[in-house]
Amino acid sequence: MSKDRLSIPDYNTLFSEHRFVEQRLNKQQFEAPCSEQETAEALAYSQSAEYMEKNFNRKAVVINPHKACQPLGSIMAALGFEKTLPFVHGSQGCNSYFRSHLSRHFKEPTPAVSSSMTEDAAVFGGMSNLIDGLENSIALYKPEMVAVCTTCMAEVIGDDLSSFIGNARNKGVISEDFPVAYCNTPSFVGSHITGYDAMMKGILSYLYERSGLEAAPGSGEETGEKLNVMLGFEPYTGNFAEIRKILEAFDTKYTLLGDHSGNYDSPATGEYEYYYGGTRLADVPLAANALGTLSLQKYTLKKTQDYISGTWKQQVTALSTPLGITGTDRLLEAVSGLTGLPIPASLLEERGRVVDALTDSHPYLHGKRVALVGDPDLLIGLIGFCLEVGIEPVHIVCSNGDVDFNEVKFKEEAGALLASSPYGSEAALYIGNDLWHMRSLLLTDPVDLAIGSSHLKFAAKDANVPLIRVGFPIFDRHHMHRYPILGYQGALNLLSQIVNTVLDELDRNNSGFNYDLVR
Amino acid sequence: MGLDIEANKKLVEEVLEAYPKKAKKDREKHYQINTEEAQTCGTCALKSNIKSRPGVMTPRGCSYAGSKGVVWGPIKDMVHISHGPIGCGQYSWGTRRNYASGTLGIDNFTAMQVTSDFQETDIVFGGDKKLEVIMREITEMFPLAKGISVQSECPVGLIGDDIEAVSKKMSKELEMPVVPVRCEGFRGVSQSLGHHIANDAIRDFVLGKADLAETGPYDVNIIGDYNIGGDAWASRILLEEMGLRVIAQWSGDGTLNELEIAHKAKLNLIHCHRSMNYMVEHMEKAYGIPWMEYNFFGPSKTYESLRAIAALFDETIQENCEQLIAKYKPQMDAVINKYKPRLENKKVLLMIGGLRSRHTIGAYEDLGMDIVASGYEFAHKDDYEKTFPMMKEGTIIMDDPTAYELEELAQKMNVDLVGSGVKEKYVYHKMGVPFRQMHSWDYSGPYHGFDGFKIFAKDMDMTVNSPVWSLMKKREKVQKEEAGV
Repeated sequence: MSKDRLSIPDYNTLFSEHRFVEQRLNKQQFEAPCSEQETAEALAYSQSAEYMEKNFNRKAVVINPHKACQPLGSIMAALGFEKTLPFVHGSQGCNSYFRSHLSRHFKEPTPAVSSSMTEDAAVFGGMSNLIDGLENSIALYKPEMVAVCTTCMAEVIGDDLSSFIGNARNKGVISEDFPVAYCNTPSFVGSHITGYDAMMKGILSYLYERSGLEAAPGSGEETGEKLNVMLGFEPYTGNFAEIRKILEAFDTKYTLLGDHSGNYDSPATGEYEYYYGGTRLADVPLAANALGTLSLQKYTLKKTQDYISGTWKQQVTALSTPLGITGTDRLLEAVSGLTGLPIPASLLEERGRVVDALTDSHPYLHGKRVALVGDPDLLIGLIGFCLEVGIEPVHIVCSNGDVDFNEVKFKEEAGALLASSPYGSEAALYIGNDLWHMRSLLLTDPVDLAIGSSHLKFAAKDANVPLIRVGFPIFDRHHMHRYPILGYQGALNLLSQIVNTVLDELDRNNSGFNYDLVR
Repeated sequence: MGLDIEANKKLVEEVLEAYPKKAKKDREKHYQINTEEAQTCGTCALKSNIKSRPGVMTPRGCSYAGSKGVVWGPIKDMVHISHGPIGCGQYSWGTRRNYASGTLGIDNFTAMQVTSDFQETDIVFGGDKKLEVIMREITEMFPLAKGISVQSECPVGLIGDDIEAVSKKMSKELEMPVVPVRCEGFRGVSQSLGHHIANDAIRDFVLGKADLAETGPYDVNIIGDYNIGGDAWASRILLEEMGLRVIAQWSGDGTLNELEIAHKAKLNLIHCHRSMNYMVEHMEKAYGIPWMEYNFFGPSKTYESLRAIAALFDETIQENCEQLIAKYKPQMDAVINKYKPRLENKKVLLMIGGLRSRHTIGAYEDLGMDIVASGYEFAHKDDYEKTFPMMKEGTIIMDDPTAYELEELAQKMNVDLVGSGVKEKYVYHKMGVPFRQMHSWDYSGPYHGFDGFKIFAKDMDMTVNSPVWSLMKKREKVQKEEAGV
């Protein structure tokens, strides 16, 4: 009996069939396409040094940038708190985009509502939308806190969140004791990381102020609030588990301020519950009594750090994402410094194991030239990791590192870091540039590897360079965010990802005799 | 077999109980249970195309999404500027999978994000001057670009920038079409107005601007196919095999020239009526081109549509059409024979944009599946008028249903498959309800035509019958097991 075998070619193979190739050629008679010669010339030109010069001289157009807008970050921050519903005040399309974008990265639902402002709100303001929206969303989705941020529409027309929310209370739509935190997040300022910071600061200051407590730094030690830790705009849920593991090894009490890993790593149980995990709202005012706060994305969390050191009068140790051995060493020293606890032996042992792994793999990494793309804190971490294993960062593009930092300047720090190692000598840092600039760099000065988000895949393909997906967003690979990249374990994960990409490339490009069994 | 009308009425009432009074009253108007009367009464329809309630988690997007994301974005040889702040362009970058041939960044600009990245100064002083510079730079960076469109984001309209004047000036200077599109996100109540605005811009700035050297009696346009996962290609091949000549494909894998010569066609064939009806109606008035809606989802509807199209032409085409159907029917029967036994009587809930919630019904029915509830994000009255007769009695028809309503309905109706968008997708994964993302085919496709139906059937089987659903230890079950029941 013959087996029932249907051949079903998918989009990947179907359109390579002769009939479709013919269709495409036939269609050209209506397309008025450029000639093959014109196209070939334009392609070659786009890969030239001359083109690169023009590319870097453009002043106004932005092509394939590596950043999103503020409210996206605000939603992520809001989802870091227990039973908190993100509420986007402005036109509803934005909210749909934020929800889709985040869901595409985490492969998880993103609950968030909008006040659905339209033309009439553009004329009369969005107050009634906000008030109705609060009433409806609280009734339907039963949050314990609503966190309101704005879109550029609400910002341009100048809606006043504080008074609108006050009016909602006056009208009895929300009760006096129902918390509604808020922040302003115009999309024409900063990027997703700025928005994360705005909402984080908004929530911390709001919950603290309404609690009526007076911050007493260090007094929390007796009641258990020893250390606050903030991860920032964190695309890796695995990083939360890793930081917990590290803090628990220290045997310190701690509060993670903003932990969205529950929402973005919830179990499939047959029921959907809208809210999973997150920092308990009651823990926020108590966090003001901690000994100190550790920030793991110092550029992202600028305003929040200032708030904590200024208002809570706490010692704040701010690092960039602690990647690699040195980065993690610094993290452990910071925890030790803030808590007065010694670095646990178990972590030192883990360190040793990861260093052992690095020694095994270093021959395949040494001298590899890489291109890096990411947010400022991720880049500092990645640069550090590269330098300590002998990888040479060459082109470093950061689309959103150009906001005016008062105390710490990203460019200066990254520059100093690169200058501190001979492996950094070839690196050039491009702040405020985009991935079309990166394309020119990759084509005119080739590298061995590219490290960055899925958005980098187009430039990487044009330059025929393998892409190692790190950062946000990662749309086209699954589960990357579940594996930590920070801490020693994270260093091992990054190492595995990079070295095995190098080995894959060796196999893929072998010339016949070097298809080695052992490596 | 019909569904229980009274039971479904009650079910909807129960679901809407959760709303505050004002919102409940509004939401009730957006539901109707299909009855014999509704099926035959051409005008009765539920409320649609009006504002969403604030705070309800509507699945809808905005005008910009309708214009740039749907209509203009797929036109491959033009550069589309996301004019305004950074976000809109970033979120719509390559996410709808409008396949196009050509070299990205050279003669194809679809999966790119070109933006003016508005900063505070642009809001204060206006972005018009910058827009001029951007356009000049675009011609430097993309010398083969055939034209430029300006897709306005919210602030552009609010601060009163005159993108029309800039476009006019720059069109002259750059000697190419430069099209201003006023698709600011706050306009209208959903994507739908964006489609309309985008179509108007095509009408005003592009249509009829070029000539077709030779016209023929079989010249047709494909209108309203965005080539998601290659849909338009899988459709076009059938039309061409039948002997028709497709002179323009709108807008998936489309080019400026195709838009400019489309008025030379003898017939407009429209797939997504919701997003491009404005265009075919205009072309009928202005150029006397008749149009017909067709449906290439599932073999039954595809046979029906192919025959209806052929009927508008001569015997040669009609014969070709029958031959075409005869050629593909055994393949389609084989697909149905394989998958129908696995999918028969499975209950489906659909909530998609403005067309597919009815257009895809035939494809499900070919596989023996039952649609028990169907709704749209942004459909209009005419869409509902067409929907009621297609559905069984007792089917729940819903407009702009919120996330909350969909979740309740899916659970209470115990459906076997939900077809909706990415914002909904992962919710149903938690619930253990098989789900297909039906906006961009869950990264699969094409679903149109005969090639597409094979993939559709395979995907539905894969989704409904995956063993992974049985691995889910539903809480109730776990508790019972623990209690030793």
